[in-house]
Amino acid sequence: MVTRLDPKLFDATSEITWCAGCGDFAILKALKLALADLSIEPHQALVVSGIGCGSKLPDYMTINGFMTIHGRPLPVATAAKLANPDLHVVVVNGDGDSYGIGGNHFVQSCRRNPNITQIVENNQIYGLTKGQYSPTSDKGFVTTTSPDGAIELAFNPMSVALAAGATFIARAFAGEPKHLAQLIGEGIQHRGYALIDVLQPCVTFNRINTYDWYRKRIYHLEEEAYDPTNREAAWQKAHEWEERIPLGVLYRTDELPTYEDQVPTLADGSPVSRIIELSRNPRPQQYESLKEGFL
Amino acid sequence: MASVVTNDMSIVIGGDAGQGVESSGAGFSLSFARAGLHVFGLQDYRSRIRGGHNFYQIRLSEEPRLSHTNPVHLILALTPETVELHLDRLAEGGAVIFPDKFEIDPEPLKKRGVRVDALPLTRIAEEHGNRVMTNTAALGAAAGITEFPLEFMESVIRDNFAAKGQQVVDANLKVADAAYKLARERYGADFQYKLAPVKGAPRRLLMNGNEALAMGALAGGCRFISAYPMTPATSVTEWLAALPHEYGVVTKHSEDEIAAACMAIGASFAGARAMTATSGGGFSLMVEAMGLAGMVEVPLVIVEAQRGGPSTGLPTRTEQSDLLFVIHASQGEFPRIVTAPGTVEECFEAGWRAFNLAERYQCPVVVMTDTFLASSLRTVDADAIDFGAVQIDRGPTLTHEDIEALSDGYRRFQLTQTGVSPRAIPGHPKGVVVASSDEHDETGHITEENDNRRRMMRKRMGKMSEAEKEMRPPSWYGPEKADFTLVCWGSTYGPCKEAADEINEAGGSANVLRFPDLWPLPEEAAAAALAGCRRTVVVEQNYTSQLARLLRMTTGIEVDGTLNKYDGRPFAPEEIVAGLSKEVASGHAA
Repeated sequence: MVTRLDPKLFDATSEITWCAGCGDFAILKALKLALADLSIEPHQALVVSGIGCGSKLPDYMTINGFMTIHGRPLPVATAAKLANPDLHVVVVNGDGDSYGIGGNHFVQSCRRNPNITQIVENNQIYGLTKGQYSPTSDKGFVTTTSPDGAIELAFNPMSVALAAGATFIARAFAGEPKHLAQLIGEGIQHRGYALIDVLQPCVTFNRINTYDWYRKRIYHLEEEAYDPTNREAAWQKAHEWEERIPLGVLYRTDELPTYEDQVPTLADGSPVSRIIELSRNPRPQQYESLKEGFL
Repeated sequence: MASVVTNDMSIVIGGDAGQGVESSGAGFSLSFARAGLHVFGLQDYRSRIRGGHNFYQIRLSEEPRLSHTNPVHLILALTPETVELHLDRLAEGGAVIFPDKFEIDPEPLKKRGVRVDALPLTRIAEEHGNRVMTNTAALGAAAGITEFPLEFMESVIRDNFAAKGQQVVDANLKVADAAYKLARERYGADFQYKLAPVKGAPRRLLMNGNEALAMGALAGGCRFISAYPMTPATSVTEWLAALPHEYGVVTKHSEDEIAAACMAIGASFAGARAMTATSGGGFSLMVEAMGLAGMVEVPLVIVEAQRGGPSTGLPTRTEQSDLLFVIHASQGEFPRIVTAPGTVEECFEAGWRAFNLAERYQCPVVVMTDTFLASSLRTVDADAIDFGAVQIDRGPTLTHEDIEALSDGYRRFQLTQTGVSPRAIPGHPKGVVVASSDEHDETGHITEENDNRRRMMRKRMGKMSEAEKEMRPPSWYGPEKADFTLVCWGSTYGPCKEAADEINEAGGSANVLRFPDLWPLPEEAAAAALAGCRRTVVVEQNYTSQLARLLRMTTGIEVDGTLNKYDGRPFAPEEIVAGLSKEVASGHAA
């Protein structure tokens, strides 16, 4: 039985710059709650973010935090986990960061299955640059860069993740922070890559996909006879959007090993533990036999 | 026959891509290395898997050599085209060996006084093995006419073909033996260039720059490499990936070079010694991430093995055209260190030294090589790869005991005299690390406050002044005072050194001034060195004389002349000598 920590342990004194009512507040709160519930202390976790409103989240916490560059938190996080598998690694970034500029890393992470958790703050708009359409904006969405309405089909993170082989795919809503915290906790506990796409209203620039808009459409998979281990059923659920939007775990499998599990060189030491050991005792003679390959 | 020349010759093996030119060349080189000869092996190939002329040039000597030379003494032609392409380079008394089924016009051969030519190589291969072994027959014949004892080639055949089974080994041995005997009997007496084992030679390794660099990185504690395959850098990653698992190196072939650089940063942030290796095109994609490492002060080692640019350029060929790009890459201003080893031995040292520099100054370190250095095989004394000399200095990296002893809260970007802040590895309760690519305060939290910005800029840039103190001054080779100073960096050191020797032996006067550390450039030492020269000629494998520009930018000193080569083929020493004579004749260098 783990002892729950006080979520206040993760509080920081930095000034939060999000708009009042922003869905990111709920995500910040939920992440603290989830970590506290799992008894993960600030020094045992690493939160990696990209660039955008939501990517400032690590700045508002007391935790190992790395705010990187636009679209790139996944490779940074994946490698941090490979270098030190003891860290609980969580990625937090927006829909543009994850599904747009970082789209390739997203797809690769799904099939790679590193033991990390990604929380996507999906508000269907670019907020920090003041209101341009994003990969998840619905077709026809009017913004400053799509004055005649967005032409492309909206990117569907659920179906892409499923097709690419993700082992834990969930959707949450920022208007339901407890449920969100629950899913984040499940994601962190899942051994492998976990995606939690969070519907997160941007109260300033997205006047369409508001709290009300979502409330009218969301429902909970947990309340239905739904089996999240059924891939075909998940494929159906992944495509529900306009009328009804499912929340909860759409798909999970605990059958597959993580990426780190399959790296043979991690079997008895990590890159971090090895350099700590080598800097105390470099053992130069261990390399001498490598010369044989050149003789 | 003219007088016999022993252990001083070059052999070219030429053929189509897919004919095993490279493996034949490397294998033959190894047999000479085992016989105690100094070897320099130049690889010349195209960016394709099948077809197109490739060649491998092996220079053999009793002296260490850092370069190929243009004249060759023996051509092993696996295609008729090889004869056509290389005949002009054949030295007096040289020979051409090719399968007798080739239809080759004998006139040009006769004109050059070539005595050895067609041999029934394919028939020998088919008789004792199969036609794939024609290469072995050609090498056997080459050993025969140079009277190089077959045992050295035999030992390499045994090692290289062991995985294919005893039958393949035996057949190759028979093919080599038959070709050896035939060539020796028929032509041995007529051929003046001979090769003989060198008695008492020390143990030497036959390796290229990439392998030495990877080995140095490993010895320096690198246990993480993320990279995307790109010629000519790929074998750095491949060598580390092929290591026995107990070394514990995590290698990640990433989805692209953006991920490669970001992964190295992530692993380094977590506390590992991490690197990536690429060429110019991949480095272009890494540029934004390099700025991230500069901003968040994460140690990052990048190997940039240059090739012919721009864009895809000349994928398999050499160039030194990324120097100013690397020095200036990424938006904004941040500290970085750029080094350029010039020899295989220096690649080994550059491999481990880069990590010490990166962790001492907590910034990106780029080690620049090029195709010529990265992939040319050379014999190096086994003792020169000295693991005992490797130092692991992590700079102000805090151990858990250090963090435990901290009296007040940990600040990752604490202002210090040197600008370098104590670096905690995430994982200790008293050392929670926050870092942001946004401007940040000492704790790592985001702020745009102006006083803080000035302090942080001064802190980061101050590290450059600190680093400059330990950057190596330019090194000299040759007489202290000379009429001409060949100024160079990286791999051109080899041909420059030999060109200077040639000039001095011919009664001229030249020396070499080579810059091993390029950024931050040790300005005072550079200015002092240049000021003492009579006439400086910068020798570079690029169009725009980037080192000359860098020297002018940092020291205000303009060099007297420039010699440039940008056809993707490395300078041969005699091309530098000839270029210098032209400089003198035209008055450019006067």
